[in-house]
Amino acid sequence: MIGASLPRLEDGPLVTGRGRFVGDISFPHQLHMRVVRSPYAHARLHRVDITAARSAPGVAAVWTAADIADLPPIDFRDPANEALRPYRQPLLAHDRLRYVGEPVAAVFASDPYLAEDAAELVAIEAEELPVLLDAAAAPGSFAAGLSTEALVMRGGYGDVEAAFAAAHAIVALDLEIGRHSGVPLEPRGALAYHDAARDVLELYGAAKVPHRNRDGLMRMLGRSAASVVLKEGNTGGGFGIRGELYPEDFLVCLGALRLGRPVKWLEDRHEHLIAANHSRQQRHHARVAVDAEGRVLALDDEFYLDQGAYVRTHGARVLEMTIAMLPGPYRIPAYRACGHFRLTNKTPAATYRAPGRYEGSFVRERLMDAVADRLGLDRLAVRRRNLITRAEMPFSRPLSALGTDVAYDSGDYPLLLDKALARIGWQGLQAELKRRRAAGELVGAGVGLFVDKGGLGPADGVRVSVDATGAVELVTGGSNVGQGFATAMAQICAATLGVDYRRVRVVYGQTDRIAYGIGAHASRASVMTGGATHAAALKLRAKALDMAAELLQAAPGELDIADGVVVRRDRPGGPSVSLGEIARHLAPDSPLLGERDPGLAAEGWFRTAHMTYPYGVQIAVVRVDGDTGAVTVERYLAAYDIGRAINPMLAEGQLVGGVVQGLGGALYEEFRYDERGEPLSATFADYLMPTVREVPPIDVLLTEDAPSPLNPLGIKSAGEGGITPVGAVIAAAIDEAIGVPGGVTRLPATPQRVKALLRGRG
Amino acid sequence: MKPAPFAYHRPATLDAAVRLLAELAPQDGRVLAGGQSLVPMMAFRLARPAHLIDINGVAGLGDATVRDGELRIGALVRHAAFHRPAGGGPLGAMLAAVARHIGHYPIRTRGTFCGSLANADPAAEWCLVAATLDAALRAVGPRGERLIAARAFFRGAMETALAADELLCEARLPALPPDTRWGFAEFGRRAGDFALAMALAAYRVEAGIIVAPRLGVGAVEAAPRRIAAAEAALVGQAPGAAAFRAAAEAAMAALDPLADAASEPQYRRELAGAMVYRALMQADAPPGRPG
Amino acid sequence: MSEFAEIALTVNGRSYPLRLEPRRTLLDAIRDCGLTGTHMGCEHGVCGACTVLLDGEPVRACLIFAVQAQGAAIRTVEGLATGDALHAVQRAFIAHHGVQCGFCTPGFLMLATAVLEREPDIGDDALLDVLSSNLCRCTGYRGIVAAVRAALAELHGGRT
Repeated sequence: MIGASLPRLEDGPLVTGRGRFVGDISFPHQLHMRVVRSPYAHARLHRVDITAARSAPGVAAVWTAADIADLPPIDFRDPANEALRPYRQPLLAHDRLRYVGEPVAAVFASDPYLAEDAAELVAIEAEELPVLLDAAAAPGSFAAGLSTEALVMRGGYGDVEAAFAAAHAIVALDLEIGRHSGVPLEPRGALAYHDAARDVLELYGAAKVPHRNRDGLMRMLGRSAASVVLKEGNTGGGFGIRGELYPEDFLVCLGALRLGRPVKWLEDRHEHLIAANHSRQQRHHARVAVDAEGRVLALDDEFYLDQGAYVRTHGARVLEMTIAMLPGPYRIPAYRACGHFRLTNKTPAATYRAPGRYEGSFVRERLMDAVADRLGLDRLAVRRRNLITRAEMPFSRPLSALGTDVAYDSGDYPLLLDKALARIGWQGLQAELKRRRAAGELVGAGVGLFVDKGGLGPADGVRVSVDATGAVELVTGGSNVGQGFATAMAQICAATLGVDYRRVRVVYGQTDRIAYGIGAHASRASVMTGGATHAAALKLRAKALDMAAELLQAAPGELDIADGVVVRRDRPGGPSVSLGEIARHLAPDSPLLGERDPGLAAEGWFRTAHMTYPYGVQIAVVRVDGDTGAVTVERYLAAYDIGRAINPMLAEGQLVGGVVQGLGGALYEEFRYDERGEPLSATFADYLMPTVREVPPIDVLLTEDAPSPLNPLGIKSAGEGGITPVGAVIAAAIDEAIGVPGGVTRLPATPQRVKALLRGRG
Repeated sequence: MKPAPFAYHRPATLDAAVRLLAELAPQDGRVLAGGQSLVPMMAFRLARPAHLIDINGVAGLGDATVRDGELRIGALVRHAAFHRPAGGGPLGAMLAAVARHIGHYPIRTRGTFCGSLANADPAAEWCLVAATLDAALRAVGPRGERLIAARAFFRGAMETALAADELLCEARLPALPPDTRWGFAEFGRRAGDFALAMALAAYRVEAGIIVAPRLGVGAVEAAPRRIAAAEAALVGQAPGAAAFRAAAEAAMAALDPLADAASEPQYRRELAGAMVYRALMQADAPPGRPG
Repeated sequence: MSEFAEIALTVNGRSYPLRLEPRRTLLDAIRDCGLTGTHMGCEHGVCGACTVLLDGEPVRACLIFAVQAQGAAIRTVEGLATGDALHAVQRAFIAHHGVQCGFCTPGFLMLATAVLEREPDIGDDALLDVLSSNLCRCTGYRGIVAAVRAALAELHGGRT
């Protein structure tokens, strides 16, 4: 069952329209919240006039910062650098407006239409200030004594200067990744219900890290853990964007507590595009020193991350990830990175699927291509010369990411490259492309290699139990944002225990069902929650067999469990006892209980000090329209070693979905601003995401050549491995198609930009 | 993104609709037909009509018929009606080819041909068709009926010659001679997106040379129009790459492209040239080349 | 100005009486009836998550006012299955992993159903044109396309 592409448990309700997304949940007498947002990118806020709004039909209350003055700005999810604290976002703007979309007031009304009507009546008096929109330009002033450069983070090792001094060649590039983000199809929403009888505040709608969010809410609201409960239903995609605590999440909770009615908030798409986390925008000045054969002696990178107006719950995590993962699968004997964390008057940014790695892979792979071009060497040969080999695993770098050292656990990068090239038929492909180019077509292929990360610890725990009917319940602190979390965990539990996976009910996202949880992010659930599930199921199995041994008069070692029934291995058709019966015999009042702990239940934990490092190779074939600059992706191959696949169909689904998001960032998606800081990509007509027509046939090659030694199942995870190198791969393919080596230095490679490259080559 | 409040009217006859529009237009009343352009604007509250006059229940507006050498398209004829060529002949084939580019299938089941003209988005395909073929637009209002030539109809981006109290009840396209060659090309970022440039070409060939060429460009300027300079470059020439390139160059020189968030003017100009060339090449090959 | 209208919507063969403002969209009205399977992804007619069938044709429910839909036969995702028996297209989405978060799924199911019923002979290229009407952010479309092709094949022995 582990490794089987079983249909998903989640699908039944979803295909019949019976899912419960936050918008589908309603409570009697609920109020609808509508946020009034700043129309200015940067302004001194003088007054917010809510008089007309407050007396509008259906309005119960209108709040400004003054109404919630007792509440602090939103804190970081993890301990973050003290230097970042002054840059945290207030729930509602006090005296400064820092980005178009910043929450200024909250209207609570009986109906969303009326709430929106009332919100229009709120008058904002503000004095516009100059805007700062370029993170690579000189920093400005955030507030008295505070620069818009919030932090500079450095990482590295080795003697970079000596390496550059001794280099045969130095290649320097100026690269930019455009501002874009996850943009899930379900906009954000939150619904807070205060059960006054039990004094429990329930919050629906935030997904990803329920326990951490519970902790954040607890602290902000001054409540105990048991009195704040997060409840997750169905979630319409996360990608890192949904599930961080935003001002709106706190506002609905405060609304429910202080107004005495449930408060429901559903943002609209326009709001989402200007208020939910942005990501990716970085500018890199990167250089490598190489020897005559293209071996990298040192990599030196200085970059600017456009954080937007505030530092949100992630602190400087994206900065950290960029630095830690930039070297990728190459040895890079000496490395120096300096990341400037800079604030601008744009929507705040945070993590989006493969944060720091999409950006870093673009930089790294562009450098490798540039080295090959400069030295007149084959792009693949240069890469091979630099790849860390299997013999060198585990491979550590003196870098830190997410609190652990970067230590690649296992991997055979050259092998995966060989397999990917064989799968796409590289030799034949090259010949075909040459032939087509000779006939006048602008076609080319690009390759990118990367290492990703998963399985972030330090620990996760689950509880599994079997009831009197034999039904299994697996209680986790996980989160299901559409990736099939419940199915994957059910498969592990079922395989270990010996039951049909459809008999396993997986509980996730309910912070009152289990004390601790890690949610689902950073591609860790498969490893951590999967590991804990495996451990718990093993314990439960042992307990069941111990009881069964007594019932069947056999030794536990002589027994097996198949389809929920315990049988003797040597007599599978003989006497048996079901797990349900065993559960009944383990009831507290069972005469057969003996000295055992009651209940057929077990808790399991999985701990790890290090992350796992899945890795991949991707190849794209593109065709460029010489008249328009439009890029058509003709073929795509995503090869990925995930250690071990729990459900290959789900893993492939994650990879394909990731590739398509990566294509979006490479060719179509960009949050643009005019010179006044007005967002230009604020509707789906302007922020362009791929439709099926923009997507090529995507071939996926999943391998399990390098299982992780860090967990018994060898799992590394697959959640982010589709998206990581796509920008780099597309850029390389376009370069070859248009015959401009190193041409693409900026993403997205829009038709207009590609046309400019074509024009430039004459 | 909920619309602002409005009063809703659903007349059953054209006369009733005209009367309502006459009465309510001064109070910010508008016609609702397909709604595929108007309703999104209302959702953003960029449009806040106090009254909506829903004409979807009016009888007699849903026909597209050939009469007196014209294809007469009623106000409620949907984009989807053109999926299958209306009648034999080049006009039907052309409209079917163009229709495929309009938005997406579910938009086309509701949006209307006449609604698109009245809305006058610079990137609307039907507006280019109407301008290039010199359509006649029949408007009806409190002062009676009038026929407006396409040339006079499109005044600018989202701006037409229709008075606020006039309803566009019919568009008349001249039936094209059976030996008309036609081609259409547009460029957008993704399938179904608004075009950044589009071109519609139609001409006949007599004794091996082009006669009566029509060459229209849309989505590049505030309103679509025939490009006289491009047509002049085609007249008397043999159809082929050389003449088509000359026409494209002439069009590029004649156009004054919009400067907007979508693109820089010079790039827009180059796109226009490319679409002109492609439309003409298409006209020279099936299905644009009948027979 | 904000008068309320008393209407009845016929959804999946059942009549739902509603009292609402004319500006209430068909999408919101359907959801007000407790049929929350039709989803709100953008409210400006681009994403297709709100696709329903109106007299057999796929439309964007966010671009129609509920008052306009009186007398029309509206079909939503809740009406696809017959009791416990899933529609072929629903089964295909499960079998071919066409669902991840499920938010776009009802819109795609209704779009696909319209194609299956109205254009069973649709060619693959035209099918992709139709499917480009709706956005999905999770799946990359591969499973969705495979599912719709399979449903076409099952119901009509359709060619690809």
